[in-house]
Amino acid sequence: MKPTPDSDHWLVRPGTVRRLSRISAVLLLLTVLVQIAVKVKGYFLVDSWFGFGALFGFSSCVAMVLAAKALGPLLKRATSYYTSAERDD
Amino acid sequence: MIETLPPALILVAGALLLGPLRGHARSAVLLLAPALTLWTIWQIPDGVSATMPFLDYELKIVEGSPVRRLFATIFALMAVIGGLYAFRTARWHELAAAYAYAAGAVGVCFAGDLITMFLFWELMALFSTVVVFSGATEASRRAGIRYAIVHLLGGVILKVGIAGIVVHTGSIDMRPMLAADFNTWMILIGILINAAAPPISAWLADSYPESSPTGSVFLSAFTTKTAVLALILLFPGEPMLIGIGLYMVMYGIIYALLENNIRRILAYSVVNQVGFMVCAVGIGTQMALNGAAAHAFAHIIYKALLFMSAGVVVYRTGRNKCTEVGGLFRTMPLTAVCGIVGALAISGFPLTSGFTTKTMISQAAANEGLAIVYLLLAAASAGVFLHAGIKFPWFVFFQKDSGLRPKDAPWNMAAAMLVFAALCILIGVFPGLLYRYLPYPVDYAAYTPGKVLFYLQLLLFSGLAFFLLLPLMRRTNTISLDTDWIWRVGLRRIAVLAGRGLVETGAAIAAAKAQTLAAIGHQARNCLGIGRHSANGEGGFFARSWPIGLTALWIAVLLSVYILLYYLS
Repeated sequence: MKPTPDSDHWLVRPGTVRRLSRISAVLLLLTVLVQIAVKVKGYFLVDSWFGFGALFGFSSCVAMVLAAKALGPLLKRATSYYTSAERDD
Repeated sequence: MIETLPPALILVAGALLLGPLRGHARSAVLLLAPALTLWTIWQIPDGVSATMPFLDYELKIVEGSPVRRLFATIFALMAVIGGLYAFRTARWHELAAAYAYAAGAVGVCFAGDLITMFLFWELMALFSTVVVFSGATEASRRAGIRYAIVHLLGGVILKVGIAGIVVHTGSIDMRPMLAADFNTWMILIGILINAAAPPISAWLADSYPESSPTGSVFLSAFTTKTAVLALILLFPGEPMLIGIGLYMVMYGIIYALLENNIRRILAYSVVNQVGFMVCAVGIGTQMALNGAAAHAFAHIIYKALLFMSAGVVVYRTGRNKCTEVGGLFRTMPLTAVCGIVGALAISGFPLTSGFTTKTMISQAAANEGLAIVYLLLAAASAGVFLHAGIKFPWFVFFQKDSGLRPKDAPWNMAAAMLVFAALCILIGVFPGLLYRYLPYPVDYAAYTPGKVLFYLQLLLFSGLAFFLLLPLMRRTNTISLDTDWIWRVGLRRIAVLAGRGLVETGAAIAAAKAQTLAAIGHQARNCLGIGRHSANGEGGFFARSWPIGLTALWIAVLLSVYILLYYLS
């Protein structure tokens, strides 16, 4: 039987999730702000820009997820696709 | 000349003993054979130390060098820890096949000539197929057949290239080359098939997830990484490999994002990680080759760890899909923690092994001024965190609670996972432990504040993208079409259509034949006639009876004339 949200493992209780989200947000902010003090050595001009790593990581992932989403209808098939293809032949 | 015992032979002997032995004796062989192999590997000096005559050639069956010892070391280590992970659940034939497979990989490492390399290459193909078959399901049987066909084809292509080189140069030596003519192309294609490079990349994601939970751990380690070693030895600096590697990197990410099967996600990420290594071999500088070797070493450890973690989930729950599991951290904390360590290592998170090896490849690209390669590898690093670093642990151990409450890993599986998790962190914290064994002197500092900050930004913000885009990544109970569609459906349909065409042509020919025979029969009846018993009672033209009285009369007349003339003359 599944536990209720408040009786479940402490890691997934709503309060913990809220706290973890806040801590993550602060961490994300800090990793960008630290660049004021720590110089990132760039090799190709853009990669030393302030917050480039954050922006590049985020935008690359958005692009990849959207690319996968766009390819989904073209590539995704039911799990029985190959067995039924063999049967049809 | 045999100065050192070929280490592969010890593993072959171990594989042969695993069948007849039982109980503790089998367990002892399982652990001692790779341990002894490991010891032998480190007794091998640089240069050729064992040769054997074969036809007109002198085979160099053992040739030592730092990069060969490094790869052989991780293969033997993989065998011993894999053996520990598998020995209580895997059947003897799977274990024996896995050890023979590992022997093939170790044999390739020390092969000093192309013929020896090919023999061990085929040993790997043969016994890795048995490991796939050991999944013991209908799906694994079918996947095993497809796997065998692809690898035997790859072997034939490789053999054609080797034969061509031997015929044209008279030498069987392994020496660096570029894909410049037909023979070198054949060798390169043969190796790239094993590296799961496009377009024959689909065999990996097709077969590995169909093997047993223990079999996939062995499969993840040997085939693709021996291909990387062969590329390092034979094609360093082949520029085409940069493009092929980058394609593999991106292909692995996109397909892993689409995938629902837990182990297939990991299989696609094998291709993704091997893409980093192939790209590094293409760059070809000393730092890049160091990076490829180091990344292969680290990759075998964290990828096996991920497959071990996924294997425990499959073993305990009997479920393979993200849509069927979730929330397992409650009762499988150790498996979850080890899975997370492997996921962080594959993502190249600071203080894990992946960071100290993958960044070396990026640095090599930067040093050569390859801006696009550098940026694509950085984007791919973010993508790895997305598809393997977070997606795998999130969907398996967290997300929704599936209600499943399986037991955690059995002691031997837990011990194997802990050893590899510890190694992931050890190499991450003390990269010098690995760097000292790389093929070239290492002039690279993994941990500089700027580099750590750049990768932390890259990875943490890709994590943010994952959670913001979660609604777009809802798991669906589907598979994704890959290039294996060509041989599983496309070629099959062509064959079926060709078969139908032949049947129809055959039927048409049969009909035409029957028609022709009927027509000839009709004509024959017209000409030759039919028996007197036919309905109309009339004979054919040639069958009619002809009166001979007239003929006899003429003959008599002619004879009489002849006699008359005779007497008159």
